[in-house]
Amino acid sequence: MLEAIAFYLLAGVAVLSAFAVVAARNPVHSVLFLILTFFNAAGLFVLLGAEFLAMLLIVVYVGAVAVLFLFVVMMLDVDFVELKQGFLKYMPLGGLVGAFLLGELILVTSAVRGSGLYTDSPAGLPDGVTNAERIGRVLYTDYLLLFQLAGLVLFVAMIGAIVLTLRRRDGVKRQDIHKQVGRTRKQGVESKDVLPGQGLG
Amino acid sequence: MEAELVSRLANDLVWIRPELLLAGFALAATLVGAWLGDRVGGLLAGLCAVGLVIAAFFAWQMRPAEPQLVFGGALSIDGFSGYAKAVIALAAAATLLLGADHFARRNERRFEFPILIALSAVGMFVMVSANDLITLYVGLELQSLAAYVLAAFRRDDARSSEAGLKYFVLGALASGLLLYGASLIYGFTGSVRFDVIAASVADGGLGVMFGLVFLICGLAFKMSAAPFHMWTPDVYEGAPTPVTAFFAAAPKLAAVALLARVLYGPFADLEDQWRQVIMALAGISLLVGAFIALAQTNIKRLMAYSSIHNMGFALMALAAGTEKGASAALIYMTIYLPTTIGAFAGILAMRRDCKDVETIEDLSGLAQRKPWLAMLLTVIFFSVAGIPPLAGFFGKLVTFQAALDAGLWPLAVVAALATVISAAYYLNIIKVMWVNPPAPAFQSSGPTIAMTAGLATLLIFPVLVVGFGWVEQAALLAATSSFP
Repeated sequence: MLEAIAFYLLAGVAVLSAFAVVAARNPVHSVLFLILTFFNAAGLFVLLGAEFLAMLLIVVYVGAVAVLFLFVVMMLDVDFVELKQGFLKYMPLGGLVGAFLLGELILVTSAVRGSGLYTDSPAGLPDGVTNAERIGRVLYTDYLLLFQLAGLVLFVAMIGAIVLTLRRRDGVKRQDIHKQVGRTRKQGVESKDVLPGQGLG
Repeated sequence: MEAELVSRLANDLVWIRPELLLAGFALAATLVGAWLGDRVGGLLAGLCAVGLVIAAFFAWQMRPAEPQLVFGGALSIDGFSGYAKAVIALAAAATLLLGADHFARRNERRFEFPILIALSAVGMFVMVSANDLITLYVGLELQSLAAYVLAAFRRDDARSSEAGLKYFVLGALASGLLLYGASLIYGFTGSVRFDVIAASVADGGLGVMFGLVFLICGLAFKMSAAPFHMWTPDVYEGAPTPVTAFFAAAPKLAAVALLARVLYGPFADLEDQWRQVIMALAGISLLVGAFIALAQTNIKRLMAYSSIHNMGFALMALAAGTEKGASAALIYMTIYLPTTIGAFAGILAMRRDCKDVETIEDLSGLAQRKPWLAMLLTVIFFSVAGIPPLAGFFGKLVTFQAALDAGLWPLAVVAALATVISAAYYLNIIKVMWVNPPAPAFQSSGPTIAMTAGLATLLIFPVLVVGFGWVEQAALLAATSSFP
């Protein structure tokens, strides 16, 4: 009973906030609704017993992707009124694509249900091991090599980003604490003999 | 439990010494480079070349008679992978030598160059010993990602940036195709492991076949076989020349070896199906490479089409589907690598008034200005055209033998025709060098470029010719010990 309430609450809010993403006039609100959608989807994963996936969804999509969207929306001067002008023009095509996807989803779901491969309850974990632990056990043992190689791929991406974008320019004012602390009175203060009535001008 | 895990890990780590050495070098060099800046670029390049030679030595030593599956079957260390890794590492080291002079004289030496080459080499090592679909993809992506960055390395140059962007976008598309194929294969066979796929591939049906075709398309893109070659000329022309030399050498061998591993390992039972695909790729590559190269005036673009043409030969050998075919592809690539590196060393020596020139006319009358360079280039281009007694002839000979033994005579006829056509443009370069009136002299090239050109030519004639029997034996042993 409680599970059913939780499911309908999470699913309902997810659908409503997904609609609000498209409908909101202010793009910042859209991104915030998107984050709400992600949270609700994560809740649905928890209900299915996939808490690791739920964590990933929050960490990756909310923590990184949505925040990036927010940055882009707030920092770039995108004219959203102009962007929305073609809305009606693209609506029939968009609706068609949506209808196709819905049809395919229904087809796949009913086919899987009919084949008997599908069970109503989520696959139970035998000995009460959480799925984060289960993934962790194989990730750092059986898949250690692939895990490390994926790390190397990211390392190449990092070096690549630096090689292609970092420019060292002259005349940039940087704080050098070593230099600041090493400065003596002699370097900083100069005594001048000022003539009366003339100044240093 | 833990003790067993640790001992297993220790055992596995011993088998990936070459990869560990290069990855360790890359990490340490990044630290040193970030600390000391680009002035250690030359030192790091030298160290990286030494590291690659040591890695080649390690890899050559690790050619067990029986394939060793390590890391839960993710990698297979066998004769085939050991042979391929050794050649790849040496080719990558030669690229570093070419880069040393080129970047130093243009005053654009950067410490990231050897690091990216080393990481790319790790990717290639993983590719050639991949034993499951995930390893295959991760290795390929590691190699490609480093290659995209290297193509755009001269970031202030519009052509270099264009090359990097083009390569990246099309490479991502190819990766997508490959992953789609891999997911289909996984779905229809129930495993990503090559040995498990091999056992269940026969009753996988149409789905596995679709997956295999997509997988082959993705790999064909990486080895720039026609009709997936469109990126090659632009990337070759735009990328800095030492980087182009790198693209034309080591990654090609890695891609050919990976394709051999995929076709001869898990999909050996589908031979009748994939043979048609490989034959089509080989035929189109041979003809496209031969015909379009005739119209090129830029020598880097010409080398791009030449490499497409040469990939056709490697594919023809693979189409045979026999152990002899796999070993012929290995031999062909072993001979092709020093040839192409030598040719690029020659292109790097084309420098006049402090500017690199790269049209064929710039070679006019080279024989009168620089007879030694002209001699070396003549040997190299005669070899790649397949003129006996140079090594290139023997490379072509074994691929023809493999194809004819398997009864692929229509493909062999196409290859013979394409060879004749391709000889026209190779001979044209030689004619321009020896007959045409001399153009202004080139500046003297740096010591490492001259050394690389000399070494490559020595390999083509006479080292690989005299030692051909030995290479043939090693390649055959590699193929027979790895594809039972």
